[in-house]
Amino acid sequence: MEYEAVIGLEFHAQLSTQSKIFCECSTKFGAEPNTQVCPVCTGLPGVLPVLNRKVVESTIMTGLALTCEIAKYCKFARKNYFYPDLPKNYQISQYEDPLAKNGVIEIPIDGTTKRIGITRVHMEEDAGKLIHPESGHVSYVDFNRTGVPLMEIVTEPDIRSPEEAYSTALTLKSILEYLEVSDCNMEEGSLRCDANISIRPKGATTLGVKTEVKNMNSFKAVQKALEYEVARQEKVLAEGGIIVQETRLWDADRGVTRSMRSKEEAHDYRYFPEPDLIPLIVDDTWINEIRARLPELPHQRKRRLQEDYGIPEYDAGVLTASKYTADFFEQAARLYSDAKSVSNWVMGELQRYLNQEGIEIQRCKVTPEKLAELLKLIDDGVISGKIAKDVFGEIFRTGEHPAAIVKAKGLVQIADEDALVPVVNRVIEENPGPVADFLSGNERTFGFLMGQAMKATKGKANPKALNKILRERLKKH
Amino acid sequence: MRITREVIEHVAKLSRLSFKEKELEGFISQLNEILQYVEKLNELDTSDVPPTSHMFFTKTPMREDRVREEPSPIDRILENAPQREDNFFIVPRVIE
Repeated sequence: MEYEAVIGLEFHAQLSTQSKIFCECSTKFGAEPNTQVCPVCTGLPGVLPVLNRKVVESTIMTGLALTCEIAKYCKFARKNYFYPDLPKNYQISQYEDPLAKNGVIEIPIDGTTKRIGITRVHMEEDAGKLIHPESGHVSYVDFNRTGVPLMEIVTEPDIRSPEEAYSTALTLKSILEYLEVSDCNMEEGSLRCDANISIRPKGATTLGVKTEVKNMNSFKAVQKALEYEVARQEKVLAEGGIIVQETRLWDADRGVTRSMRSKEEAHDYRYFPEPDLIPLIVDDTWINEIRARLPELPHQRKRRLQEDYGIPEYDAGVLTASKYTADFFEQAARLYSDAKSVSNWVMGELQRYLNQEGIEIQRCKVTPEKLAELLKLIDDGVISGKIAKDVFGEIFRTGEHPAAIVKAKGLVQIADEDALVPVVNRVIEENPGPVADFLSGNERTFGFLMGQAMKATKGKANPKALNKILRERLKKH
Repeated sequence: MRITREVIEHVAKLSRLSFKEKELEGFISQLNEILQYVEKLNELDTSDVPPTSHMFFTKTPMREDRVREEPSPIDRILENAPQREDNFFIVPRVIE
């Protein structure tokens, strides 16, 4: 039987605020343990939480970008459970009345776009961090992250394949980056994604039993975990078994999902309205003011880059997938006239190095200025395109200026006839066979001889000049 | 709703409380009496009244996104830790 997957995703994005959601503690990542804590976020008696306005603004802005309805009236709820990373024994979250709901995200898939429903966007606080030493009977608790603002974004179960799930995640990340509401740094855990997945016979309208998949630390992992889970569920059904509703953890090392087999009984969070926080009232003036500040979104920027810089749709799509990549491209394209060439370098060399080194573009030593400078050196005939790639690698490693690298490494292109003639003569002398071959009419041997001559100049020869001299000399031979 | 022994045991477990047999029985009758008393409210027609979550007819105040200048009162907060090491709270190990 042919099955289709039914997938819904749940994202948690850490909002880029200076202070926590309900107190004035810093949210800075990487501080010494328990140095960003106070009586409010550690849940001491007699304190009251006070809501951070920016958390509300960022969530409204995200809701608007996802075409959600913004609630004029919403409230916070307590989600109760015992775990040592939660000092109050409840998490302040939203339950019945999220700040934003009923939105849409449009994702690119198979050359077209698909609309995925957004169920809700709500605000909540993060929990602390537990550290488990390799051995021993204790765990260490660091409450710095407790109370850091999170935005939970839940999609409708409109996603039909692991590829669509991947595309949804990438698109959402891109939107959050454009809005500058979250830095979406997956390594620091500021964007996390869990999935609900079930399968059903293709064409069926009822839903199968779902499993919840967690512990995926990248979007590629989300796709892989879901691919595994589809195959696993198909196998269970094919063998006449039944799917158990449960939470499964992705094991990246082994490439499998595993049942959590939690000993505790089914979660019973006993949500109830948070008595310490009065309902949040949002008026139209505020919503409109935030709407007016909405920045250009990825799909809008894609269209503009095509129009303003005359680059192909494909390029514009790749470049605008990340705000920072698009920023880089635009800055370089303003300094250098051939935008398509800039695009090729950003999508090609730059992306290759970034992937290879696992660095994000905004933290990379190649700046738009340096790329533009490098491209001008090619145009001015100072270096060849081939040498430029080596120089680019050097900029990537050291952050040096292209001209300085070219000078220091003696990479200046040789276009001078006096310098190239002896090289060409030597190549002709040393390769009598190929020369005879060429002279008897085999044009392809010319490429070989060019290669030899280029090698002899360590790639520094100006290809045009070298080509001209080689042809002349061969004719005279 | 009727409070049964199972309900009491479940709530006690969720609250990390343990009771003697005699206390459990006491709770069953006491909680049922309370619920019965509150049942009286159901005589009122509230179909047109939105559920009340708070008793204040005002909106929540908000603060600007600013970080406190004074350092965290770490020592005073850690004073409450049953066990500490350096700046860490220590708890019984929670994973195997």
